[in-house]
Amino acid sequence: MSTLLDPALHAHDGPHGHGSRRGYRVGTILSILLTAVPFWLVMSGVLRDAQTTALLIFAMAMVQIVVHVVCFLHLDTRSEGGWTLLAFLFTAVIVVLTIGGSIWVMYHLNTNMMPMPGGTMGPVR
Amino acid sequence: MTDHALRSGQPAATTWHLAEEEDHDHGGNGATLLGFWIYLMSDALIFASLFAMYGVVSTGYAGGPVPREIFDLKLVALNTAFLLASSITFGQAMPHMEMGRVGPTRFWLAITGLLGAAFLGIELYEFAHLIADGAGPQRSAFLSAFFTLVGTHGAHVTVGLIWIGSMLVQIGQHGLSLPMKRRLMCLSMFWHFLDIIWIGVFTFVYLYGVLR
Repeated sequence: MSTLLDPALHAHDGPHGHGSRRGYRVGTILSILLTAVPFWLVMSGVLRDAQTTALLIFAMAMVQIVVHVVCFLHLDTRSEGGWTLLAFLFTAVIVVLTIGGSIWVMYHLNTNMMPMPGGTMGPVR
Repeated sequence: MTDHALRSGQPAATTWHLAEEEDHDHGGNGATLLGFWIYLMSDALIFASLFAMYGVVSTGYAGGPVPREIFDLKLVALNTAFLLASSITFGQAMPHMEMGRVGPTRFWLAITGLLGAAFLGIELYEFAHLIADGAGPQRSAFLSAFFTLVGTHGAHVTVGLIWIGSMLVQIGQHGLSLPMKRRLMCLSMFWHFLDIIWIGVFTFVYLYGVLR
C-alpha cells in the first residue's frame, strides 16, 4: 500500500531521500522565529520607528509564507509535473494584483476626493 | 468521503478515482491532490479579496474604536502560537501515516484538533468581548471588514476541525487504507494552508493595526 502511495508523497524528494523530513524541521524552526520576532518587535516597540517596524514585519510575513509553502506544503518545481508550482505562481500574481491594486487605487481615489474627516470616502462612513 | 467529495467540487470524483486506482497505480491519487491544490489556490483568492477589502476600509473607523484600543496582542500571540503548534503537530502525524501506524497518527491528529479548538475558542472569546464592548461588526467599516476577514478564517478552521474529527473516527473504522491516506494528505494541505492565511492576518490586521 505504502509503495503505491510513495511516488505521490515523495515525487519531490528524488535523490535527496529524507529531504522532506529535514525540510520540515528547518521549516518548524524558521516559522517559530518568523512568528515570534514580529510579535516581539511590535509588542516591545524596540525600534520606536513604526515605519521600519512595519516594513520588517511585512518582510518577515512574506518570508514565512514562502517557508510554509516550501517546507509544509512541499511545493517545488517537480511535484505533479510542475502544475502545482504553476497554479501557485498564477495565484500569487492574482493575490498581489488584487490586494496591491485595490489599496493603491482606493488610496489615490480617497486622496483626490473631497477631504473627509478621517480620510476615508463618504459612503463607507 | 462526503466531505472530501464536496471539497474537491466533483461529487462523482471519489468513486471514479477509487476504481481507477486498481488499474493505474497512484494515478487517481495525484489527480486528487492536484485538484485539491487548485481548490486551495481558489480559496486563497477568496482571502485575497477579503484582505483587499480590509486594506481599503481599514481606516474607516467612523468615530469608533481604533485597532490599538481593541486588539489585545498577548491574546493574539497566544492564538497564533496555538495555530502554529497545530500545524507542527500535524506534520508529526504525517510520517506515522506514511508508515501505516494507526495509533501515533490518531494521537498527533487528536493533538492537532485540540490545538485548533483552543485557537477557535480564543477567537470566539475575542469576538464576544469586542461585541460586548460595542465594537461589533456594525460599528464601522473597519470592524465589518475585520469580522468578515477573521470570521471567514475562523469558519475554515471550524470546517477543518469537523474534518479532523471525522478522520479520527474513520481511521478507527477503516485503518490507514489508501483512500484514508489520500484524505489525510488533503486535510494536511488544508490545515497548513489555514496557517499560511493566518500569517497574513496576524501581520496585516493585528500587528500592523496596532502599529499605526
